[in-house]
Formats: sequence, structure tokens, C-alpha cells
Amino acid sequence: MKAILALEDGTVYGGEGFGARCTARGEVCFNTSMTGYQEILTDPSYKGQIVTMTYPLIGNYGVNVEDIESWQPHVGGLVIRELAPLHSNWRADEPLGDYLLRHGIPGIQGVDTRALTKRLRVRGALKGVISTEGIADEDALEQARSWHGLAGVDYVREVTHPNDFVWEDASSANFRLATAETTGNPRQVRDPLPPADIPIVAYDFGIKYNILRRLRQRGFQVRVVPAHTPAADALAHRPAGIFLSNGPGDPAALGYAVQAVRDLIPTGIPIFGICLGHQILGLAMGGRTFKLKFGHRGGNQPVKNLESGQVEITSQNHGFAVDPASLPPEIVVDRINLNDQTVEGMRHRQRPIFCVQYHPEASPGPHDTTSLFDQFRQTIEKS
Amino acid sequence: MPRREDVKKVMIIGSGPIVIGQACEFDYSGTQACKALRSLGYEIVLVNSNPATIMTDPGMADRTFVEPLNLETLTEIIKAERPDALLPNLGGQTGLNLSSQLARSGVLSQYGVRIIGVEADAIEKGEDRILFKETMKRLGIDMPRSEAVFNVEDAEKVAARLGYPVVIRPAYTLGGTGGGLVYNVEELRTVASRGIAASMVGQILIEESVLGWEELELEVVRDARNHMITVCFIENVDAMGVHTGDSFCVAPMLTIDPKLQARLQEFSYRIVEAIEVIGGTNIQFAHDPKTGRVVVIEINPRTSRSSALASKATGFPIALISAKLAAGLTLDEIPYWREGTLDKYTPSGDYVVVKFARWAFEKFKGAEDRLGTQMRAVGEVMSIGKNFKEAFQKAIRSLENGRHGLGFAKDFHQRSLDELMGLLKEPTSERQFILYEALRKGASVEDLYQKTFIKPWFIQQIKELVDAEQEILRFRGQTLPDNRLRQAKQDGFADRYLAQLLGTPEAEIRRHRIRLGIVEAWDAVPVSGVENAAYYYSTYNGPDRVAVSGRRKVMVLGGGPNRIGQGIEFDYCCVHAAFALRDAGIETIMVNCNPETVSTDYDTSDKLYFEPLTVEDVLSIYEKERPEGVIVQFGGQTPLNLANELAAAGVRILGTSPDMIDLAEDRDRFRRMMEKMGIPMPESGMASNLEEALEVARRIGYPLMVRPSYVLGGRGMEVVYDDEMLQRYVAAAVGIAPERPILIDRFLENAIEAEADALADGVDAYVPAVMEHIELAGIHSGDSACAIPPVTLPARHIQAIEDYTLRLGRELKVVGVMNIQYAVANDRVYVLEANPRASRTVPLVSKVCNVPMARLATRLMLGERLAGLGLHRRKFSHVGVKEAVLPFAMFPEVDPVLGPEMRSTGEVLGLAPSFGLAYFKAEEAAGPPLPVEGTVLISVADRDKGDILDAARRFHALGFRIKATAGTRDMLASHGVPCELSFKIHEHRRPHIVDEIKSREIHLIINTPAGKQSQADDDYIRKAAIKYKVPYLTTTAAARASVQGIAEHRQGRAAVKALQDYHAAISEQP
Repeated sequence: MKAILALEDGTVYGGEGFGARCTARGEVCFNTSMTGYQEILTDPSYKGQIVTMTYPLIGNYGVNVEDIESWQPHVGGLVIRELAPLHSNWRADEPLGDYLLRHGIPGIQGVDTRALTKRLRVRGALKGVISTEGIADEDALEQARSWHGLAGVDYVREVTHPNDFVWEDASSANFRLATAETTGNPRQVRDPLPPADIPIVAYDFGIKYNILRRLRQRGFQVRVVPAHTPAADALAHRPAGIFLSNGPGDPAALGYAVQAVRDLIPTGIPIFGICLGHQILGLAMGGRTFKLKFGHRGGNQPVKNLESGQVEITSQNHGFAVDPASLPPEIVVDRINLNDQTVEGMRHRQRPIFCVQYHPEASPGPHDTTSLFDQFRQTIEKS
Repeated sequence: MPRREDVKKVMIIGSGPIVIGQACEFDYSGTQACKALRSLGYEIVLVNSNPATIMTDPGMADRTFVEPLNLETLTEIIKAERPDALLPNLGGQTGLNLSSQLARSGVLSQYGVRIIGVEADAIEKGEDRILFKETMKRLGIDMPRSEAVFNVEDAEKVAARLGYPVVIRPAYTLGGTGGGLVYNVEELRTVASRGIAASMVGQILIEESVLGWEELELEVVRDARNHMITVCFIENVDAMGVHTGDSFCVAPMLTIDPKLQARLQEFSYRIVEAIEVIGGTNIQFAHDPKTGRVVVIEINPRTSRSSALASKATGFPIALISAKLAAGLTLDEIPYWREGTLDKYTPSGDYVVVKFARWAFEKFKGAEDRLGTQMRAVGEVMSIGKNFKEAFQKAIRSLENGRHGLGFAKDFHQRSLDELMGLLKEPTSERQFILYEALRKGASVEDLYQKTFIKPWFIQQIKELVDAEQEILRFRGQTLPDNRLRQAKQDGFADRYLAQLLGTPEAEIRRHRIRLGIVEAWDAVPVSGVENAAYYYSTYNGPDRVAVSGRRKVMVLGGGPNRIGQGIEFDYCCVHAAFALRDAGIETIMVNCNPETVSTDYDTSDKLYFEPLTVEDVLSIYEKERPEGVIVQFGGQTPLNLANELAAAGVRILGTSPDMIDLAEDRDRFRRMMEKMGIPMPESGMASNLEEALEVARRIGYPLMVRPSYVLGGRGMEVVYDDEMLQRYVAAAVGIAPERPILIDRFLENAIEAEADALADGVDAYVPAVMEHIELAGIHSGDSACAIPPVTLPARHIQAIEDYTLRLGRELKVVGVMNIQYAVANDRVYVLEANPRASRTVPLVSKVCNVPMARLATRLMLGERLAGLGLHRRKFSHVGVKEAVLPFAMFPEVDPVLGPEMRSTGEVLGLAPSFGLAYFKAEEAAGPPLPVEGTVLISVADRDKGDILDAARRFHALGFRIKATAGTRDMLASHGVPCELSFKIHEHRRPHIVDEIKSREIHLIINTPAGKQSQADDDYIRKAAIKYKVPYLTTTAAARASVQGIAEHRQGRAAVKALQDYHAAISEQP
């Protein structure tokens, strides 16, 4: 199966197709993690994007049911150098190619992903088309150029769960697998969880399961609500805290969510936001957001905590950022990205509200920053 | 944090001689440490007994001590130099153990020396099995179930509880010496007692077997602020059960999911935090692919072989950074190529790194080719490619064992599948090659996984290579279709191997692919910790991304993997060549594939190509870089083997011409030249079959020295005393043919061997000092102890040696460096061989004589004249004695005698005002040290009985008690030397010799092998000596030197003295 990847700047890469036989459009971005393709595929933040992995060998450890980050993969397409014909991992359930096929996602291999990444580093994220059904180059280029792009589009409604539910950990893997010897299916073994004694509401803008796992591990009883849930409906669950999740696309297109958060702020209930949740908080508190020329993606984004001086290596995946100049005086920017100095974290001077642009749950990625979940718990316990 | 101001002078302890499990990676790490600390303004006191290292170059440290690595010597050095800090974790296990001893004995506190980098108790937490276990328990990290014991009885009890098989691990040893996997109580008893003897503290661990689990390693770096980063994730392709030093490895991990990697990282951080290491730590885990259980196997709170590999695989110089962190810097103060500082480091890259070990089983007759928990490899190669297949095939052609691909090794392709599967039952050095043929014969990936525990992903990759190869074979005798050639090159098939598969000349394959534009391209590995540095690797899977400069440049070919006969000495020369070129303002291009070396350090050369040393790879770089020439005479045999083909392809070889190199190696041409020059050589001949061999023997007369042509390190060399032995030799010699004959020389009995390293410019030659061997002719020069300058050689012979050397240099038009080996017999000097290239004694001569041979040779190659270098005859007030270090402890089944085949892995140097003291020091450094009193056991072959008498008398005069076996006793007694009788085992009287060795009643053993009849008879004596660490001598020459050394030593121990001071005392005679 021949495949092509066409970019709006006129570049066309040829290669071998895998996964679904179809044509898909999206913003082409890259990820430099050497492993973690399954988590990336299923991360709702990648909705509307075609992801290039810079590491050349992909699919080696297959795909399993435990390491998913949401109910299905969300990427528009996958661009890699070489797909493993056979995987080796005791937890693998199926090959990567089969998994993509099952979910209707096209993949292309045999691409010089380093060259592509370099192009994206110079040009910024580009609109692109991936096709595995033999369409002509010109056709693909035309489709890439005519695509509306990410700005101003609400992708959240495509990835949010339609109904609210309480997160149960049993269905998915716990990062810290049990260390003791076990009987029964070892893949099901987990460290014991603490009692779930603090009820919170988590807004699902495309929430990653690993965030839910981390919250549950800290003893939160997590009620997940759809993105369009009004503040009043969320408060009806009598939460001790509100969590605003990560998610895809442009925060400026999410008026309903910004409004809900604006209504929640005066209640005094502690709020913690991650990624898109952080951007929505920024908007709700009166700030503005803008599209980055070079989005932050991958597991090695350096972030400096301006208050402690500590540098953390973080996992990130976003193309928009909060404009610090637009923020009201009661908001403190307490974290910045050391590469481009953009806002990576904020807190409210008076209220128990804080948020970060990066992914402290890190799946995949470094685990430098998981204490933010503890901080959330402490904030709730104090208030 | 800025650098520590409370420290001014730092002591660094090296790792001593190269042994299995501790090779030149510690020269690499120690050299980096010196560089790092000096750049921060500290004074360095360096101690290492290994003269072949770069770190012991007088310019690397402020005070350099080439002295034995033991508590007594170190204490003296500390007393003399008064360093205020000791950096313990860069000199391998040896440096770490010594540091820990110095701390425990109170020496450090007495002289106010603090340990930096890692605390003394941290060393113990990491190294002491019991303490380590307790620490892991506290951290909640699982380990294989185990118990530490101090005797065999307890070992049996524990093993019974855990269930066989169990693993035995001695505490405080390196390379797993003395350990092993045992399946039953008999094996347990053998290995446990060996392990207890090998351990510094007599402690062993009996451990649950995790055979077949995945073996995973992390390299973690921690700073004083407790900031931690993971430099590299290494996956061992060979599962648990094969020592990691023998394992085929990849980086990054290729089949391990991120959840598990994250978990391993978290465990590692908890561990290094608890152990409080500042700098690099290697942590090894086992993961059970059936249950997901993860156990920690061991940690090395120091630089290691793995950290050297990780450094080269990632471009993160762990030792350099570790030294800076030990000096108080923190990660956020050290630059990172990604912008910013190292606290932000994460592993990255879009390439695959493969490490493959190099073994030397063929060197040890009787050694079983079987891999286990004790390391057997003598070296390793590393390769980088865009995909696994490319990297793997590059690794194979880097090995320099005559194989350029995986197929058709030995006779494996002729074996049946059943046989092949049988061979795979136990891991051996040939495993991947057997597996390849098994795949060709149709073995399934799953079956091979069950046999080898190599994960299916890897086997599948190899299977695809086999499949591709089968397709290629269909075109044998024809031209490969273009697309197939392209695919083959992208899969990493070497030109040479394709030529072999297709039956066409390699040059033809090359022409074909170049015509199609299929050429090597290069990519960079950026270096962390410094600004703007990188090194390069080739690929056929991408465009060229490496720029070239328009500067003057010269390419230096390195030595490839360490193996016996080709080790660190050649790397030393290559590094010096690079330095000399840099000093001359010329861009240096280094090509090498050995990750343990200093030559592959990112800043040794201007441009490092981490590449196999094959014609294909070297030519590609040459075509790209267009240097003005290539230096081949420093990398040992490796680059020499390429010289002719490179020259034929139009490459300009600097220095001595390839034709002259060829002449010197071609026995016929060389002999004709010697006859013409009137320089004596032992009579010789060549034979390509038995009849010819017998004919030559009749002409020359026995004894004879026989060997295959074109080998280094005397491989397959033997002394033959009669027709029967000759017949056996010829029958056993593999691959002899008219173009590869065996060489036969008259063996000069009782000849003194000598050699000379010379600098030459084509007209003139300069010999800093002649070397005189202790062991007589018949022992390989690499294994023989030697003295420099000579001790017993009369001036007229030295004169003759210098004269012959000059004439040969002139005749061979040597430009650069050369080495000539001589034998002195019947008052006559014979030339044994001439090598118009650097020999393994170059660093030795350089250090003893203070003549930087390799640097000067490089200048000569660039066109300078010898006369312009200002070299004069030197007068020395010191003697240097080199002693070889042999790996017999790692091959317990092998008879540890010396012979014409080289088997030493490393060497030490003893420096002192007199020969006796220098010899004593060298023995002390090589270990075990000579006794100064006690009992000496003498048991010598009949032909040595006359020679031993004098030594025995002197031992007696020194007050030694002498024991001897019957024949020797009778002879000594009849000459009036009082001695007592000891029993050989076959005499069935107790206590016999081994009993006495075990009960430590014997302190020195002199035991010469009797030749072919009785070799089997008394090898147990020598084996027992090794096992119980009793010094033993196998030649009468060594006995004479030893007694002299002991006598002088008793008059007063040789003081420690810095190399810089020895050098200052050398006077010149214009």
C-alpha cells in the first residue's frame, strides 16, 4: 500500500502505508519521545493532528489495553520511519498496524522523519494530508491547503465523554505496578489504592486516563463531567475541588467552558487545571491566548518554577499559550518555559486556584512533577 | 553551586592493568576526570600501575605515580603529596575498593583527605551485598531472593531453600570473577569455594536464578542538589544468565514499553538518592516477562563499562560530568546542546546503538566457549545506525574476526537444524551466528526465543536479514538488481559480505552502488556537557547531514575492539597522533568503533567517526573528507590490514609505505632483504602441507617455532620439538593453504630476547632505549616481563641492536615508528622480526624514557626530520620493568603457563632505581606480590634443573624455607641446598602440594612445565596457585629475577616517586 504525506508548503513525502486505507487531514506536528506511541495516539489533545515520531523504530512493543489514555485513539494520522513487523512485549495485545486499522487511522512509514521534523522546526506546525488510498499528489496538496486548521475550531466536543461518570481504576493499568510476586493474571495486579475520600469534579475536555489514575491514587473520588457541563450542574455534585483537564485545539473556541469556569471561580472551591484547562482558566480570569509558532511537544520541555528556582523536565503537548501581558494583577505567573519563556503555570493570589500548562501526570514522559496532585489535595484540605 | 573551594589537590586512582571486566574504559573515564578537574583549576595527583594509559601521561596530571595499587603504596603517596580530596568512583572496581580500604584503615582521616563524589559508606552500601540488600528492602525495591554466606556449608543450605538453579556472586569482585550459575549441589560446592576465595572479604551471595528474564540497565547521574537525570536506557538483547559484559546490547531500549521504563527510572532515582552518589551510577534490573516482576540485580556507584558505552551511545560524557559534579558543580551549571543546562537532559536521538562483545576463546586451549555470569569478553565494539539491522550488521563487521556478515561463520551453515538448535542450548560467543543459520534452516522465531530468551522482535529482525540474504544468494555469479542492492545496503549488508554472497569482487559491488548513488551518508550525535561538539556515524538510510571543512586534515585509523595482542597501547598511540596533529594545526579525523577508548572521546580529535574499520567505511569517509593522508601505523594490525586495499583505491598513506609494511610482513621478501644486508636471522621456511613442513624441519633441525602467517599476538604459535608434535600441529592448523602457509623458524633455545622501538625518518633512526626481556625466547614478547633500559645485555649487543635497527629503518624507508624484535644466542644478535608500525611497547618506552614516541612519529610523518627533533642519547638513573597480566583466573580450566602465543590482557610498570626493586614493584603491581620471607616451593622440569640451582641457593641464603618435589629435591640436595619434600597429587600422600597451598604454607611457587609429556601432570599446581592467589613463576628466568627483587627489597623498599621526577632526572648526552 503506497502512501503519501502532503504538506501545505508543497512538500510531498512518499512511503508505505499501514493502518487504515483512507485520507486524513490535520496539523502535522512531531514528538521526540523515544517511546510512548500508544499514549500519544490515545491522548485526546492530539485531536486534529497528524503526529510524526522522530525515533525511527516504532511499534516494537505493540499495543495493549492498559496503556491507553482515553477511550480511543484520536490522532489524525501517524508518520514514522519504520514499523515493527513483529512486537515483543509481555503486555502487548495487538500490533500497532492492526490497532490503527481497527480505528480507521492511516499511517505512513518509510519517511525521513528527521528531515520532516527539521522542516516543522523551521516552519512551525503545517497543515497536512496523509493518504493511503492512492490519491494524486496535487489532490493531496490541495486538500492540505484548503483545510481550515486548528484555530477557532472546537475539537473538545469530539473527544469529551457524552455523560458523566465516576472514575474506577480497575479498568486500566496503574503506573506503579505491583512489586510483589502474585498469583493470577499479573497484568491485573496493582498497588492498593487509598480510600477515595475527597469528592471532586473533573471537567473532561479530552482528559487523559493517567490524570484520572493519578487523582484516584491521591484519594480523590473523581466525578468526570462532559466539557459542556454548566457550573451549576457541576456544583450539584457537591465537589470539594474542581479539576480542569487537558484537551485538544484552540481554547478560544470554547466559550461554554470558559463561562462555566468563570462561574466556578467565585464559589471559592479549589481549582486545578492542566494544559487546556490552564488555558481556559487564563481566559476565564480575563486573559487571552494565542497560537504558538512552535508548539511544545515531547517529554523534555524545561520548565522553571520562578518561586522555588527549581527546573523540571516536563511532558507537553500544546499549540496555544496564555499571553502573560493579558492577565489581571491577581494572577501570578509562577512557571515559565525555559526554551521560549512562555507561561507554564499560574496561581491566583487570593483564591485556591492554580494551573500548569504541562502534563504533570506524564504518560509518557518524565515523572518530575507529580507532586502537583499532592498540592491539589493539600489545597482542598486547607480550605 | 560553584566549584568547591575547600579542595585544592585531588587524588585520582586508576584501575590498574587491563583485565577481563576492567578494560580501557577506565582510562577513558580517568582521563576525562583529569581533564574536568584540571579545567576547574584543581591540582591532580594520579596513581595507576598501567603505563599504557593516556591518564598516566605526564601531561595529564600534575603528579603522576606509576606505582602498584595497594594500600601501602597509596598511603605513601598520600603522605608525600598530601592531597586534600580523593575522587574514588572513576577508577573502576579497583579504584573504588582501594578508596574504601583507605577510608576504613583510617589513612584518609589521618592525612585529612576527604572523599568527594561518593561517600565511603555509600561505596559499601552499593558494594556490600548484605548492606545493599538492606537498603533495597528499606526502599521497597524487590531483589532476587538471596542470602549472603561465608562458607560452603551455609551455601548448600541456602541453595536448598531457594531451589536450583542458583546464582553465586562473590562480594567485591569485578566481572563476576569466581561466580556462576549452578544447577546442583556438586556444581555449587565447586563454584562456592572458588567464589569465597575470589572475594576480598570471603563473602558470597547465593541468589535465586532469574535466568531468561529481560536484563535492563539505566545510567543515572545525580548532583549535590539531589537533581537526577537518566542518561541512557540500555536493553540487553541476551537475557539474564549472560554477564552484561558479554551481552549483546542495544540503546535505547527497543522493546520495553514506557511504563516499565518509567518504573525503572523511578526505582533508580530512589536508589541513587538513598546511596547518595554524586555522579554516575549504573543500575541493573531484571524483568520477568511472564509476571512483570522487576528486581534490581546490582548497582555500580561509579563509572563502568556500561557508563562508557552509555556515554558514547548518547554523547553524554558521564565521567567528565561526574568529576565536575564531585567538584561541587551542579547540573544546572553545565551546558546542554539542546540549549540551556544539563538539568534538562533527557535521552533523545533518532538512531540505534548496538554493542557487541569480542571474545578470545581461541587463545585459551581447553577453555570452554560458554557464557555465564562471569564475564569472558576481552573487548567490545559499538555501532550506530538508523535502524537495528544496519547497526547490528555494522557491529558485526566492526569485530574484526574476519566476518563481515552473520552468515557462513565456521561450519554452521553445513550443520543440520537439529544440531544448530542443540548448539543454542547454552549461550556461547557464537550464538548470534548459529541463530542466523538456524533461521536459514527454517527455525521459527518462537522456538528460537524458547531456546535463547532473545526477544522475538530481535529474532524477527535477524530473520528478515536471513530472508534478504537468501534472495541475494539467488543472484550468485550475477549482478544484483538495483533495488535489491539498495535494500541490502539499507539493511546494513557490507560490500565485502555482498561480494562473498555473490561471488564477485568487493570493488565491483562498490562500483555498482556508487554508480547508482548508493553511498554512505553521515549524521551527528551531539555531545552534552560542552558547547558545540558532536561526532558522527554513517547510514545508508538518509541524506548526508555532516559538513566538511576546507582545512588541512589528516585521518587516523584506530585499533578497533580490544582483543589479546591488540589493546589499549594502540589506542594510546592513536590519541597521541591526534594530539600531535592538533598541535600542528591540522584537523584530525579519527575513525574507531571501540567505545571503551580515549580515541573515541569526543574531544580527542576534531572529528570522530564512530565507524567500523573496514575498507568500505574508511573509504567512504576518505572520499567525503578528502584528507591529505591517512595514518595507519598506530592502530595495530587493524588498520595495517586495510593499508594495501586503501592504497590501491588511491588513498594516500602517511609515513612508511604500505609496500614496505608488506615487505616486513612477507617472510620471503624480508628474508631476502636480510640476507642482502647481512643481518642474521634464525633459519626458517614455509610450508603449506605436512610434507613441506617435515622437509623444512629436516633442513633446519628441531626445536622449531611454528605459526600461521599474518597474525598478531602470536596466535597459533607453538614450539615444536619433534616430528610427532609437528604432525599434530599441521593437522590441527585450520585454513592453511598455499596463500596462507605456516611459518617455521629455528627456535633459539636459551636465547635472551630484546626489542627496540625506534623513531625513523627514512634516513635516520633513534632508539630511546633497548628493552631486555626477562623470560627467554619462546615466551611471547607480549607476555614476557621486560626491563628498560637493559640489565644484562653487554654493550656490544646493545650496539648491534641499535645498528641493525638503524639499517633496517633505512632499508624499509620507515617514516614514523618501528619495532624490531631480537634474540641474543651464542653471543650473536639475531633479528626475529621487524614491524614498521607502532608496537604495544610504545607507551612503555615513551613513559620510561620521556620520549613521546607517537607524537614525534606523527611529526616525522608530516615531513619533519629526525635531526630537527632534538633527540639525544639518554642516561637513566632508573629502571622500568614491565610485567604482563594474564587472565587465567577467568579461565580456571586452562593451564596457566606462558608460551609463544600471547595471552596477557594487560601490563603494569614498576619504576625504581635498580632492576631488582623495579621487578619487585612490577610483581607487586601485577599481583599477587612476591613474598619477602616464608616457604618457596620448587618443582621444575628436568631441563630447568641446572638453571634453578642458583636461584634456589639465593632463596636459601635469604632464609626462605625450600620445599621441592622429588626430582627437584634430589638435585638441590645433591648440590647442598637444604630442602624438604613435597608430594605431587599422583603420589597419593597427604598433605600434598595442593593441601599445602590451601593451608597457606607455601608463599611462592616456582614450577616450570616439563613440556608435552608432563604438562597435564602438574598444571593443577599452577591452577591451585591462581585459585589461592599464591605468586607463581613458570620460568627459571623469572625465578632469578624474583630472588634478586626480593633480596633488594629486603634492603629497603623502593620509594614512591612521581613520573615527572623520574623524567627530570634523565640526563642527555649530546
